[in-house]
Amino acid sequence: MAPHDIRRPFKRAAISDQQKRRELSLLRQAQNRRDAQQQARCLASSILSLQSAAPESQPEQSDTEIETVPESEQESEAFSKDLDVRQASKLRGPEVRKWFARQLMLPEWMIDVPDRLAQDWYVFARPAGKRCFVVSSNGTTVSRQRNGSILHHFPSALPAGAKIRDGSGSAQSYCILDCIFHELDQTYYVIDMVCWNGYSLYDCTAEFRFYWLNSKLEESGACNAPSHYHKFRFSAVPVYNCDSSGLYSAYTGVVPYAKDGLLFYNKHALYQTGNTPLALVWKDENCSQYVIDTDGKGEIPSQQQVVLELQDDRKLVTSDDPPVLFGCLDGDIIEKMGSLRRLI
Amino acid sequence: MAMEVTQVLLHAQSIDGAVRKNAEDSLKQFQEQNLPVFLVSLSGELANEEKPVETRKLAGLVLKNALDAKEQHRKFELVQRWLSLDGNAKSQIKACLLTTLTSPVSDARSTASQVIAKVAGIELPHKQWPELIGSLLSNVHQLPAQAKQATLETLGYLCEEVSPDVIDQDQVNKILTAVVQGMSSSEGNTDVRLAATRALYNALGFAQANFSNDMERDYIMRVVCEATLSPEVRIRQAAFECLVSISSTYYEKLAPYIQDIFNITAKAVREDEEPVALQAIEFWSSICDEEIDILEEYGGDFTGDSDIPCFYFIKQALPALVPMLLETLLKQEEDQDQDEGAWNIAMAGGTCLGLVARTVGDDIVPLVVPFIEENISKPDWRQREAATYAFGSILEGPSPEKLIPLVNVALTFMLSALTKDPNSHVKDTTAWTLGRIFEFLHGSVVDSPIISQANCQQIITVLLQSMKDTPNVAEKACGALYFLAQGYEEMGPSSPLTPFFQEIVQSLLTVTHREDAGESRLRTAAYETLNEVVRCSTDETAPLVLQLVPVIMMELHNTLEGQKLSSDEREKQSELQGLLCGCLQVIIQKLGASEPTKYVFMQYADQIMGLFLRVFACRSATVHEEAMLAIGALAYATGADFAKYMPEFYRYLEMGLQNFEEYQVCAVTVGVVGDISRALEEKIVPYCDGIMTQLLKNLSSNQLHRSVKPPIFSCFGDIALAVGEYFEKYLLWAMSALQSAAELSTHIAGDDELVEYTNSLRNGILEAYSGIFQGFKNSPKTQLLIPYAPHILQFLDGIYMEKDMDDVVMKTAIGVLGDLADTLGSHAGSMIQQSVSSKDFLNECLSSEDLMIKESAEWAKLAISRAISV
Repeated sequence: MAPHDIRRPFKRAAISDQQKRRELSLLRQAQNRRDAQQQARCLASSILSLQSAAPESQPEQSDTEIETVPESEQESEAFSKDLDVRQASKLRGPEVRKWFARQLMLPEWMIDVPDRLAQDWYVFARPAGKRCFVVSSNGTTVSRQRNGSILHHFPSALPAGAKIRDGSGSAQSYCILDCIFHELDQTYYVIDMVCWNGYSLYDCTAEFRFYWLNSKLEESGACNAPSHYHKFRFSAVPVYNCDSSGLYSAYTGVVPYAKDGLLFYNKHALYQTGNTPLALVWKDENCSQYVIDTDGKGEIPSQQQVVLELQDDRKLVTSDDPPVLFGCLDGDIIEKMGSLRRLI
Repeated sequence: MAMEVTQVLLHAQSIDGAVRKNAEDSLKQFQEQNLPVFLVSLSGELANEEKPVETRKLAGLVLKNALDAKEQHRKFELVQRWLSLDGNAKSQIKACLLTTLTSPVSDARSTASQVIAKVAGIELPHKQWPELIGSLLSNVHQLPAQAKQATLETLGYLCEEVSPDVIDQDQVNKILTAVVQGMSSSEGNTDVRLAATRALYNALGFAQANFSNDMERDYIMRVVCEATLSPEVRIRQAAFECLVSISSTYYEKLAPYIQDIFNITAKAVREDEEPVALQAIEFWSSICDEEIDILEEYGGDFTGDSDIPCFYFIKQALPALVPMLLETLLKQEEDQDQDEGAWNIAMAGGTCLGLVARTVGDDIVPLVVPFIEENISKPDWRQREAATYAFGSILEGPSPEKLIPLVNVALTFMLSALTKDPNSHVKDTTAWTLGRIFEFLHGSVVDSPIISQANCQQIITVLLQSMKDTPNVAEKACGALYFLAQGYEEMGPSSPLTPFFQEIVQSLLTVTHREDAGESRLRTAAYETLNEVVRCSTDETAPLVLQLVPVIMMELHNTLEGQKLSSDEREKQSELQGLLCGCLQVIIQKLGASEPTKYVFMQYADQIMGLFLRVFACRSATVHEEAMLAIGALAYATGADFAKYMPEFYRYLEMGLQNFEEYQVCAVTVGVVGDISRALEEKIVPYCDGIMTQLLKNLSSNQLHRSVKPPIFSCFGDIALAVGEYFEKYLLWAMSALQSAAELSTHIAGDDELVEYTNSLRNGILEAYSGIFQGFKNSPKTQLLIPYAPHILQFLDGIYMEKDMDDVVMKTAIGVLGDLADTLGSHAGSMIQQSVSSKDFLNECLSSEDLMIKESAEWAKLAISRAISV
């Protein structure tokens, strides 16, 4: 028997940093592999096919069938719409990008003053930052930008947003929020609420949605400072009636975020995906830093550049959000540009 | 028929290198020319009483090396060679070996013992040499004592070599009887008793049945305990080693003896010589290990899930055990902190105290606090150090509620001791204790923070100051800073370390340049801490992390300047390069994780890659693991642009894949192939022939460590997904490798470790299938996969029915079912419907608690419903 020498690590941490580096690499690789796999799985299967929960597309008496909870027609429709967002929030790839781009309610530029502005409209200062959908479900929260790319994947105090909930939220609990992520204070400013705790607000008026947003968000603890199970703070934005004092407050009032224009929401409008005249945006140099280009030194160059998109219908539009129609090219020029376009 | 080997063996030990070389060559030649004669001659030399002792010993050693080797594949070859050796030769060799056991020359006897055990290790599992144990046992009853001693030693080695199931219980009983008799106090010869005690240590694993029998167990335990009282120190030590082994092998049988064992260990710890006392302490450490494992398995709720009940020996012994361990803390050696290999009673006692704290939790605190209070300010450094060490030891285990009030009181004292105590030991242990405080009681897991804005500044100032202290103290200070930074991870967008970030980084870089940074692994600790500070940094300090990039690049550049290095210098260079590549890896991963920082970082990508390539070029035969890991991170950050580095990088990639010796390097390189596949996608095609060929070679090699094989399969999936239908070229080979591995891994028979390995293998295979199916999706070549579908479904059904897959495999497996349905569609519809997987397995996954499994299952369900509805 070889003489035994039992030595234990003395005044040493149990794990070496090199081992930690290896393990973190493996974790990253596993995550990337999962992402690549997920992307592959979803590229072809158009996301809308997730609606196959609808009974007619199921083969009869299939063993794979699981019992679906009976729902009334109406509920089921609303649910499947929300389900799409939740499912899609986990997907990758260009299909998803297109899909997400279609899901947000997008304002038009304000080019005239709507009737009954003071009575029927809200106004608030739009936070500068990344517009995104924040979806919490199954114990995690994912934020996605308009292009479908994931901004953050994190635990949050939103219902079903972290794995530590006390079980108060049911398995079907989830939230979908329309947000702007403000880099400077790392806060999600919630500008609209689409679903809350499993309850769909798509078909509710802006008036109700904003009321619900203001009461529920605070209650949930999502506005608290970040912690281990709540990585980013959420905050509602101050919304005003569009009378002159409201307008004045929104335009000049001090807010904890950098402003990027004013948003106007019609009180009676439902949450409508895509561009809508029932939501409007206004920008000028007083309320947005992005209204005029500046160079690296912060000075305004003598010429402003603009990139235009030539659409299939020969229209030239800006890449603003929303796009501004600039003009229309005639067929001749298009013809001449033909070869160039093919190159692109 | 034997050859004269004495002269050659003498020459083989010559001090003249040329003579030695010559002799070694001749020995090799003999062996190749006529192996049986060579081995017989060696055994003859060993047995021959006329020959000089040196040649006898060496003959035995060469013989032993002809039977066993460290490397698994070489060992296997030697075993096969022996089994196929001529029967006559083998009998002659064995006869010589047994004769040698009775030799008056002790070196010859002990060499023969070892060789016999090696032969037994090969033959007994094949039911050969059945008379061996019988003839050994008959020796035991013979005189002289020296033969008896050699025989007991042989039995011990034999038990070490063979596994318990190859010896039947009847023979086990006889071996144990002989051994235990040899150990008993009635045995007058010390050497015999020592050999018997050491033999028992190896034979304990054979004594399952005997330990289940009360009478036999009582007898063995009595003899072992008696041997701990022997007048011979080596016997006492060996007897305590037996107790240590018993404590882990037969924990559940110890209850009747634990009181007696406590008494004898306590006496040994207080009075006996150090080697004995160390083993006595180790007994309690080992009991702690057992109870920690059992309690962990209970997982807090007493459902009785663990096979072995917890007897709470430590909890019961606590009032006596803790004072005994605290006493040992005062027996420090001077300079133990500078000596890497030091291990003494104070160190063992403190380590045991830490394990006790983890075992019993809160209960230990009131027993240790008075000791700390009494000693922490005494003039004798030993008392101050012991008190500090005691405090540091109990910081893991007890609840934060219990510890935080203590820490709040102690923190200021500790910080002052770290700067002002005149003794380096005390400072070393104080810095270590601060590290433990931050490791266990600071961060998001703790509700009431021990670090406030007010003392954060002070803590950092003190730690940075201590980094200028002696290397051992500075190293501990770095360690404390490591855990301080770690505690602020995921604390939100703003870290309390932000205001100090620049200063911390600067101080750590200064430490790495200290003349004496090579001592006490100080330089390593400084870089590790720098890594952790970077990992846990926030967006606020991203610009500062960016500034670090050119600094570390310059450091790495400087390591490349040296010319014509000695082998010692080369090793140091390589180590430093490892640290710097590691640091760059961490930085790349950090900056690459967010778009704005990645964008700025990418300006350095070309230069960094250039440096990594030069690091590779420093070595001729192997690649640097850390550089490889860093390149993986870089490939991920760079994306498709990484293609421009491939022409130069490819040869190192290949070299890494060929490194079977350092299998970690090989494994890391396989992971990097995955990174590159995802980054390059179809641009990897030009390199695929080489990579796939090497990967297939690796799979079929029995020299490559098995842990690398599952990731190789996963890597097939990565490549297939990247190149799509181009994978057709390798499909036949890949599928056949996958198929045979799948067949092997369907059923598992073996221990937990094998179950774990098999599951990782299954996961690799399944990831490969997923990648291949998804890669071929929507291509006109999809039908190429149809012939493989039945086997893959069979594999899925097979592992499902085995009921031993883990959650990861379950998730991947159900995903493969979906991928198969998704890609093959209606071609596989009826096949899928017939499989068990599409019914029971899928349903089980759909109702799984695990969200990842559920998600994959829902996807599979959708894909299947599409496939069978078309």
